[in-house]
Parts: sequence; C-alpha cells; structure tokens
Amino acid sequence: MFGYYLELALRSLRRNKVLTALMVLAIALGIGASMTTLTVLHVLSGDPVPGRSSTLYYPQVDPRDMSGYLPGKSQPMYQMSWIDGMNLLRAKRADRQALMTGGLVAVQPHNTMLDPFYEAARFTTAGFFPMFGVPFEYGHAWSAADDEAHARVVVISAALNDKLFGGKDSTGKTLRLSGASFRVVGVLGDWHPNPQFYDLLRKSFGENEGVYVPLSTSQDVGMNHDGSTDCWGNGGSGKNPSHTAPCAWLQFWVQLDTPSRAAAYKTFLVHYSEQQKALGRFQRPPNVRLRDVMQWLDYNRVVPDNVRLQTWLALGFLLVCLVNTVGLMLAKFMRRAPELGVRRALGASKRALFAQLLVESGLVGLAGGTGGLLLALLGLWLVRRQPAEYASLAHLDPAMLLVTFLLALGASLLAGLLPAWRACQIAPALQLKSN
Amino acid sequence: MSMQIRPILASLRKHRIPAILIVLEIALACAVLCNAVFMIGQRVSDIRLPNAIDQAGLSSIEVQGTDPKQAGDDIPRNLAALRAIAGVKAVTAMNALPLTNYTWNGGLSTHPDKDMLNKRIVGMQEYLYTAGGGKALGLKVLQGRFFNADESAGSKLDSFMPAGHVVLITQSLARKFWPHGSAVGKMLYLGDKFSYTVVGVVADVLRPNRSGQGEQSFYYSAFFPLQPNDSALSTYVVRSAPADRDRVLREGIKALSTLAPNAVVKGRTFSDIRDKYFADMRSMAWMLVLVCAVMLAVTAFGIVGLTSFWVGQRRRQIGIRRAVGATRGQILGYFRTENFLLSTAGVLIGMLLAFGINLYLMQHYEMSRMPWYYLPTGAVTLWLLGQLAVLGPALRAASVSPVEATRSA
Repeated sequence: MFGYYLELALRSLRRNKVLTALMVLAIALGIGASMTTLTVLHVLSGDPVPGRSSTLYYPQVDPRDMSGYLPGKSQPMYQMSWIDGMNLLRAKRADRQALMTGGLVAVQPHNTMLDPFYEAARFTTAGFFPMFGVPFEYGHAWSAADDEAHARVVVISAALNDKLFGGKDSTGKTLRLSGASFRVVGVLGDWHPNPQFYDLLRKSFGENEGVYVPLSTSQDVGMNHDGSTDCWGNGGSGKNPSHTAPCAWLQFWVQLDTPSRAAAYKTFLVHYSEQQKALGRFQRPPNVRLRDVMQWLDYNRVVPDNVRLQTWLALGFLLVCLVNTVGLMLAKFMRRAPELGVRRALGASKRALFAQLLVESGLVGLAGGTGGLLLALLGLWLVRRQPAEYASLAHLDPAMLLVTFLLALGASLLAGLLPAWRACQIAPALQLKSN
Repeated sequence: MSMQIRPILASLRKHRIPAILIVLEIALACAVLCNAVFMIGQRVSDIRLPNAIDQAGLSSIEVQGTDPKQAGDDIPRNLAALRAIAGVKAVTAMNALPLTNYTWNGGLSTHPDKDMLNKRIVGMQEYLYTAGGGKALGLKVLQGRFFNADESAGSKLDSFMPAGHVVLITQSLARKFWPHGSAVGKMLYLGDKFSYTVVGVVADVLRPNRSGQGEQSFYYSAFFPLQPNDSALSTYVVRSAPADRDRVLREGIKALSTLAPNAVVKGRTFSDIRDKYFADMRSMAWMLVLVCAVMLAVTAFGIVGLTSFWVGQRRRQIGIRRAVGATRGQILGYFRTENFLLSTAGVLIGMLLAFGINLYLMQHYEMSRMPWYYLPTGAVTLWLLGQLAVLGPALRAASVSPVEATRSA
C-alpha cells in the first residue's frame, strides 16, 4: 500500500512542479536557517571538560569595602586578589587547586628565520594540568616544587611546538620569553576546551594559550598580565598590579570530588571571609559563591546574546515557512478534490486517503530536509567565515544531522495534517456531480 | 469599494482556513520583520557611533617585549624616530586606544571623603599620553585647554594612576558629574589619594569597549598627561594625512623594529581597529537583512499560492459576476480589497505580537524598547507586499471570461 501511495504522491508532486518547488523551498529555507543557528547554539553550549565539569568549582570571595554593597544582592568579586588567591591556595582545602591568570609574552625565537611574536600565555600553579586533565604529547607538567623554586620552566602547546620546533620533541630545549630564558618541560597534546571556562575574561572561545609558565616565575620576570583587573578603594587599574594592591586579577579553581566536599569548602570560604574581616582586610559580611563549571558558564552567559537572538529569529522564520507550507499544501490538496472524490466513491476509506496525503507531505519534508541540510552546510560555512571568535567551531555533528531530518520530516508532516484532514472531509457525491 | 466588503466577508467565512492561514502568515512575518529591522537599526547606529579623534589619519604601533627599565630611554628615542618619517604630523605614546578592547578602568568621584557609602563613583577609561598627545589624537577641546608642557613633564605613574594633578574629560563624563554648569576648574578624586583638576572638556571619545552601564557610558573617557618613561606607554600613535597613512605605518613599523630587534612590533591603522571592533555587528546586521528579505519573499509566494488556488476555485462564480455586468476592474478590486482586509487583520495581530516579542527580548537580552514607528512601518511594508503578491492572481481572475459561467455547471 505504501508503495502505491508513494507512486501517487510522486505523480501528484510532478503534476504541479511550481507549487511543489515552492513548498520544498520554503521548508528547506526554514530548516536551513534553524539548523545553522541551532548547531552554533549546540556547539557553544557544550561541556568544555566532559567528565570533570561537575567536580570543578570556581570559588569567589568579596574583599571590597562597603562602597556600593547591597546585602544579599551584590555578587562577590569576579576574580581573586593575589593575597586571597595565595591564602586559599596554601590552605589546600580542596582535592586539587590552581591559581592562575592570563598573560601576553613576547616569544623571541633563536631561529632567525622567525620574527619575534606575541603569544597568549597562562601563568599558573602546577595544579592546572592534573586538575583539568590536560594531555601531554611530550614531557610532563612542572611540579609544585618548581612553583616554590620559581623555576624557569615552560610548557607549550602543540601548535607553538609545530611553529618553533617543527613538531619534534622539544623538551629540554631553551626558549626566550619576554627577555628571559626558559627550559621547555612539556608539550601539550590535543587539548582545546571550548568555551575556555577557566578564564572567560580573556576570551570565551577559540584556541587556548600557547605558553604556560609557573605563576611565581612570571612575576619574577615581570611578564605582562593580559586580562581584566578590578580594583577597589585606592587601587587603580593597569597592566601589572602589585601583589599588595587592592586589585583582583587572578582566577582560582578547585577540584572537589563529592558534593559533601563542595559543601564543606563553601563553609570554609565563609570562615575565611569572617577571619579576614576580623583581621580588618575585608569589610563586607561574608559574601561567597562556589559555582561548578556549567553554572559558571551559565552565570557568565557565555553563549553570546547574538547567537541566542539569531536562534529565535531563525525559529520564527521556520514558523513563517511552515504556515506558508500549510497554506500551499492546503491549496494543492483541495485542488485535487475531484480525484479524491473518485477514490472515495470507489471505496477508499478516509483513513486511506489521509495516509496517502501524509505520505505526500512526508515526501515534501524529505526533499525539504535534504535541501535544508545543504543550506545549513552553506550557512555554517558562512558562519565559519565570520569574524566571531567562535566561528571556527561551527561544524555539523551526527546528532545535529539527525535532528535536521527529524525536524524537517516532523515539520512537513505537521504542515500536512490540517490540509490532509480537510481534504478527507470531501463528500464524494458532491465532487462526482460537479464533474 | 465599501459595497464589496460584505460579500467579501461572506465569502471569507466560507473559506475560513485559507483566510486564517494568510492572516497568520502576515502576522508572523510582521512580528519578525519589526523586531529584525529594529535590531538592524540598533547595530547600524552602533557602527556609526561618533568618536572625536582623527579616525582617518591615525595609526597605532604596539611595541612589547622590551626591558621595562629602559622605558625612559626607549620611548623618547622611538617617538623621535617616528617623528622623523616624512608625512608624520604628530606622534604620542599611549597606554591604550579606543575600541582596542584593552581597558584601564578607574572610578572617579567629585568628593574625596573616605566614607565610600555616600560617594558617587563613575567608572571611566583612563587614557594616558605623552606631551602633545591631545593634538596628535585630534581631540576637540570644547571648553578649557590641553595640558601645558610642565603638566606633561611632571606626571609619573603611581601604581596605576598618574601622580600629576590635571585631567581632560569627555563631554559625556562632564555632564555626568556636573549636569548643570561648566566642569573646567572643578576637582575629581580617586579614593583619598589622587586628585585632579579638570583643565578642559573634549568632544566625546569612545572607550576601548562597551562597559554595560547604559548607552552614554561608552563615552566615559578621561585623559591624563604622563612623562615618556613608563612601560605602560606601549602604544605609539602616529598622525598623518589619510593619503600618507599606510606608507607612514609601514615605515614606522620598520623604524621601530630596527631600533628594538628583539621586540614584538605590530601596527594597525585606526580604521582597521574600528572595523575589527564592529565586524561582529556588521555581519549580524547583514544576516538580519538576508533573513528579512527571504522571509518577505516566502510570505509573498505563500500569498500568491493561496490566492491562485482561491481564484481557480471560484472561476465559475467570477464568470457569473462578469456575465451579470461586473467589469474587469471590479473583479480586480474585489481580490485586492479581500487581500487588504486579510492583511489588515494580519498586521494588527502582527503589531501586537511584535510588541510582545520586543518586551520578551528586553527582559532576557540587552535590548531597548522598540520605538513605536517601527510597528506602522512594518505594517505598511506587509500591506504593500500583500497588494503586490495578490496582483498576479487577481489579474488572472479579472481575465476570466463571462462564458465561464455557462461551462460545466
């Protein structure tokens, strides 16, 4: 029976090519636009550290004076000051912890073929690598002892290793950074967390840093901090805040393996704030937050508003296309009232007619879905050429491919329901008479 | 025309579903169109934000990776080298430029008191420049004056604020602090340690990025003089005639790279900086334009399709009307009036929907209220679109001959 319906549907679609093309095009355009934006949304709202994101937390405390404080409403300081970061790091109350900040270093290659260039850097304590599960291609991370010793060691990304050392094992080699010599101890493997959850102020998406240097060493060498600095009281703002300045410019991450550990850590943060207030450093009542990775991304609205707006717009557009398809399908089915009347008179049940018409709209959906897929691929290609920092991430994955077809099929069947039902209500006798 | 409305309504009542579909389609298209056009308008006005510096003639050269202790020697030497290039009108060294996303934020207030609670602090961008920087940037002094030589020579950086005691502020910042009366000669404070006399007010200059405290805050910038001896001054700003700009930039990069062979030297024209900053918005605006155009086309084809079907269904009735004396013009008028009625219902619902969507977007996104005139503009657009789309099928209807009435009855 299905084969017969398919044949009837094909015949009917071929009979009125312009109308068929219009319907397929409308569905294809709607699906193409929606899938492009949904794919971008899907990619951007993904989990940057799958398997670890629920145990990684971003503690925040509030060391500011009372200026502008609204009890219960004020969020704590976005980043950590040097003093608080160091205190919390040394307290070692979490399963793992790391204090870090972003920087910009001048890479001065020995190879005279290459001009000096800037590279984004991360100044961090050793906990960064095991805590975030960073893979290594060559060598290894530095140790906590290296942090203490202010060792001149550096870990570089695979991309920088390719650029400087042709992709060979460069551990043990010397690299000149911002006027000082460093020994390469490790080369990162394939590691591209997106969004870059650990420092969203630097940038939310894109390539991670090329250079990783112990935080202590970076301060000795006077490497340039790159990122936001928020000061309060008599602090100003600027490139390299002094360690005693009332300025927050570091990120502190902890790993807490169980929810009870997380609850205990939050209590610890409150105690810490109370203690600092007693010492006169803090002035506000304890104001702490402890968000895990996904909560932190959500709080920061890491998916750009533009992307969300585009998704809404595309869904609105799909709706317009669907209503349009319903109208065209209705026109098409009603025009075939005489033919349907004959089939009814010859004994076809309403259900049979309904099924036949739905097969036809499903066929339109499949064609529209295929067209929509092509348009989505084109759309994503266009997105990748955009200047946005997330541009290079816009690729279709198998899950979204399936969603595309289901959406197209579902949409066209939905669009076919009303017209098919209307067409089945035809009284056979009336149609036969008028012919 | 009015005589036709009753029979049209009667006929629409018989074809409820197609009529509702057309109304719905026009309503949705109107709602999406109003909001999309509003978003385009917002972005275009952002891209065109005025910025009172010599945007066409400026280039910037960044130098990083030099020894900070040598800054006192390096900066004057670099400035002299840049000044020596033919076609250079003026140079200065700065800490940051507008629209580079590199911020130096500070909070200024009109009172120095330590009681922070009652103090109104306004966040601003702190721009530092060496002697002659005001002229090099092309700042426009509205009131007061630029810094004099003594003020520039006497200012060092103390942690992050200049220790000098003078400041130039933008007009927007001046209005924020002193809504009535002149700002020149007044005092501004940062904490209880730094104090500055406002020596002049300049036309609005943008900050390195938007800082999300209302529309006007994008213009909260303040300029301070600084001696040429601090490594914070890593941006060299070169002013030339627009025609010389690209050559001057190339020669400037070459000159500075030669002076500091190990440093990283990078140059951009200010036009490039501005283009890059707004690139995202520009591409979003184009995407919105594309979506609007395609959506209008889809809507128009939908109307054509449904009306054609309608006309086909009613050929015999049209024939009868023609046979009893209706002119072609009257048949044409009938379909156009019908479409006008449907469009009117559609745009009324559409305007309500557009307003609702705008309210939703205002709550959840950084979106301002849509000015009222977007609604009627969207409505008129869809009215015209409807009339245009119905023209083809209506003309076909008008060409139905009266003989049709006698056929296949």
